[in-house]
Amino acid sequence: MAAVMDIDALREILVACAGEDEAVNLDGDVLDRSFEELAYDSLALIECAARIKQLHGVEIPDDALVDLRTPRALLDLVNGVPAAGRQS
Amino acid sequence: MTGTVITGMSVAAPIGLGTEDFWRSVVAGRAGIGPLDRFDASGYPARFAGQIRDFDAAEHLSGRLLPQTDVSTRYALAVAEWALADAEVGPDTLADYDMGVVVSSAQGGFDFTHREFHKLWSQGPEYVSVYESFAWFYAVNTGQISIRHKMRGPGAALVAEQAGGLDAIGHARRTVRLGTKLVLGGGVDSAFDPWGWAAQLAGGRVSTVADPARAYLPFDRDAAGHVPGEGGALLVIEDADSARERGARQVYGSVAGYASTFDPKPGSDRPAGLRRAAELALADAGLAASDIDVVFADGAGGADLDRVEAEALRGLFGAYGVPVTAPKSLTGRMAAGGGPVDLVAALLSMRDGLVPHTAHTRHVPEDYGLDLVLDEPRVAQVRSALVLARGRRGFNSAVVLTHPDF
Repeated sequence: MAAVMDIDALREILVACAGEDEAVNLDGDVLDRSFEELAYDSLALIECAARIKQLHGVEIPDDALVDLRTPRALLDLVNGVPAAGRQS
Repeated sequence: MTGTVITGMSVAAPIGLGTEDFWRSVVAGRAGIGPLDRFDASGYPARFAGQIRDFDAAEHLSGRLLPQTDVSTRYALAVAEWALADAEVGPDTLADYDMGVVVSSAQGGFDFTHREFHKLWSQGPEYVSVYESFAWFYAVNTGQISIRHKMRGPGAALVAEQAGGLDAIGHARRTVRLGTKLVLGGGVDSAFDPWGWAAQLAGGRVSTVADPARAYLPFDRDAAGHVPGEGGALLVIEDADSARERGARQVYGSVAGYASTFDPKPGSDRPAGLRRAAELALADAGLAASDIDVVFADGAGGADLDRVEAEALRGLFGAYGVPVTAPKSLTGRMAAGGGPVDLVAALLSMRDGLVPHTAHTRHVPEDYGLDLVLDEPRVAQVRSALVLARGRRGFNSAVVLTHPDF
């Protein structure tokens, strides 16, 4: 199954929704860095989840959202990778 | 020196960003009032505003703050940074719980909210920014400043229309007296989106005079309302001992007195509360009216309210008993920002021995009995100042400032 979203699309959404911290380099390999390190808090992720739903039609329930620690975890959920196959 | 002193301050106003830029314009009588152009206001009965035109938020705020802040909060965050830098206060100057924040906002985040409400009715609730949850809110400036500068001491937000900025200074002083070493206090406002503008016009006191130099004339016989402005000021209010211990590089003055009162209900035969606020602030400072060197007036810019203020001042000081000024004729009325900006001007009057004039006003009715400083700044030794502000629907506040050597 083709991926709904890749890291570039997520990066674009993060910046559009919640801006960008000058001290963080989002262009590097950020897949496995924590959202906390990337300076995105829970509100920023809620805002991004709303945008993902609008753009891609994928709904991320709030209780799933709070458990997502990294961009990879979020992309896996959006792209429908079964929980067992996900890296956390 | 004892008590609570002012060790730093800054301003964002239509006539200048930062204290010195602002003060140069005040002394030069350079006005910041012009046609409101933040949206198409041509269909509205009032079209003049005091707009800040040279503020680039991205220069002052991190990219993470831009999507979550109203224009008023952006001003507040920039001014906070400048005021703390002026006082040489950084995150390690004092313990985080020894630093508090008290900021007044009368209007909240109108511009931000207008855009989100537009999304609400045109696209649906899921399109409304999650940041609307706090970006609209009166306390957001206090919160954002507290977070950004790690000032974890007592925080508060006060709302009392144009009087609220002085109330914030009074509460900052109270907070210092209760044991917090340093409090950043003041007020900032902005509401120049279509909704905010409509709300201001609905108040019924905005001038419709079609000449920017004649639209807002505090105490003039031709006064016909005010021009709304945006911006404000924040002051670093500090315990005098703490300021001395940390070697604060300057003390601009002391917050010697403060009081607020509320007007009786409309139609009452009891007098308006402004004079009582001034009297109580003087008593709080332990000063007599004769000790005051200048009054920075509220200057509402309408015959009814100007007369009430003139009567209060005449009653307190005697006819022509004290120099009075209202430099806000250059900026428009900045709601919660207005009082704190007047405090900054009063402190600079003390520093420079110069009382700024009330630009644009020319003809003060004789029976006001006011020594209004007109045409140009007046050279005068200023060792104390009374600053007044009134908020719509009955708020009156007064602050007495004294020179560091008073």
